[in-house]
Amino acid sequence: MYNKGTIIPGLVIFIVFVTFPLWYNGLNAGPVPKPDLPVGEKECVAPAGEMRDNHMKLLNEWRDAVLRDNDRANVKVGGKEYRKGLQMACMQCHTDKEKFCDSCHTYAAVSPTCWDCHLTPAEAASKKETH
Amino acid sequence: MKYAFSFLAVIVLILIAGVGSQIAGMPYFFGVFVPYVAIAIFLGGFVYRVVQWAKSPVPFSIQTTCGQGKSLEFIKHNRLEAPDTTAEVVARMLLEIFTFRSLFRNTKSEIHDGPKITYESSKWLWLFGIVFHYSFLIVVIRHMRLFLNPVPEVVAFLDWADSMFEIGVPSMYMTTAGLIGGAALLFSRRLVNRHVRYISLVNDYFPLVLIFAIGVTGALMRHFLRDGIDIVAIKQLAVGLVTFSPVINGEIGAIFYIHVFLVATLLVYFPFSKLMHLGGVFLSPTRNMKNNSRAVRHINPWNPDIKPHSYAGYEDEFREFMVDAGIPVEKELPAQKD
Repeated sequence: MYNKGTIIPGLVIFIVFVTFPLWYNGLNAGPVPKPDLPVGEKECVAPAGEMRDNHMKLLNEWRDAVLRDNDRANVKVGGKEYRKGLQMACMQCHTDKEKFCDSCHTYAAVSPTCWDCHLTPAEAASKKETH
Repeated sequence: MKYAFSFLAVIVLILIAGVGSQIAGMPYFFGVFVPYVAIAIFLGGFVYRVVQWAKSPVPFSIQTTCGQGKSLEFIKHNRLEAPDTTAEVVARMLLEIFTFRSLFRNTKSEIHDGPKITYESSKWLWLFGIVFHYSFLIVVIRHMRLFLNPVPEVVAFLDWADSMFEIGVPSMYMTTAGLIGGAALLFSRRLVNRHVRYISLVNDYFPLVLIFAIGVTGALMRHFLRDGIDIVAIKQLAVGLVTFSPVINGEIGAIFYIHVFLVATLLVYFPFSKLMHLGGVFLSPTRNMKNNSRAVRHINPWNPDIKPHSYAGYEDEFREFMVDAGIPVEKELPAQKD
């Protein structure tokens, strides 16, 4: 083999790059998120599986309906009425953003823009105290 | 025909993964076994190919130059186009690898009435190529959010920057468009340009179609076919794979297995195809050699070791036989002592 001095370090760098997740994680898969489920409530606006896959689309539809089409008609699911809104519906049961939303979002490095405008329940509570 | 075959091959791959992953027990085959085998073949094949290349001698000093080589002091030396030192070679290689300079010089030849042949600068290949490659690079780095736990800031930042237009939810990545669009443009270039079409083979079309399909399945999974795409279950599997403790939690949609199977195919195909230009660009003698053949003698490494043999030495060796045969010698045999 010619040019061993450059070929071998080059290959080593390449292999380290490709297997980077191995060194970074150190064979430790780390904690799996366990979002805090609401106490007492069993039903959501859709089955849990569907919510896991598609909640972001539903929230976007609600946002568009309310803010762009002025359609605030309540959503009726299984005899229960929900007002269209993150704070008005979702956060009523899932009361803790940090322990519910963030657990999975942080795990998967997703940074939704909901909280650019909305107040988290914790923030809302602190606002009330100062006023 | 050649491109139709590529599409057919990719469709067959999609069907295998799409149908196969729905059979009970098979998710582990497509989600765990196939990725492990693919990455092993990829790494092993890559190292094998590079070692094979490194074993090939370079008999001649064959750098391609497009500028004035180092000469007398008053002749201006083009340091990038005819590098004379290692540093200049490194600079030339870096520009080649990161900006595809040689593609930037691509020309298009045309025959006009006369007949007259013209050469015109043609930047399309460079443009499509650079959009495609950088999109692909960012897509690969972005995917590290599924393999690394916790996710490093850099990867999270890249993810944010790539989706900063916030089109739809989950928001669209710019590089998704770059990758799919780039592959489509490079593919159509091979169809539209007659010269390129004439020399294109199945192994030119197939990787483009395969990467196009990988991009499309990825985009479908993120934006449209979201049923069964639970990102936490997918990340658990991905992190599991790289920590050698893979688990498949719940049912993941078929589109995920199709995507993974196509990527596995790409990894297996990689070391045995033109895609090895990833490693090959570093090992191109026409680019990585110094243009110093006037200053330094290039010795062919496979030259046999031939010692010089002067006439005097030759005569010393064969003098007796020469005298016997009556051939004149410069130095007579020593007088014999009786």
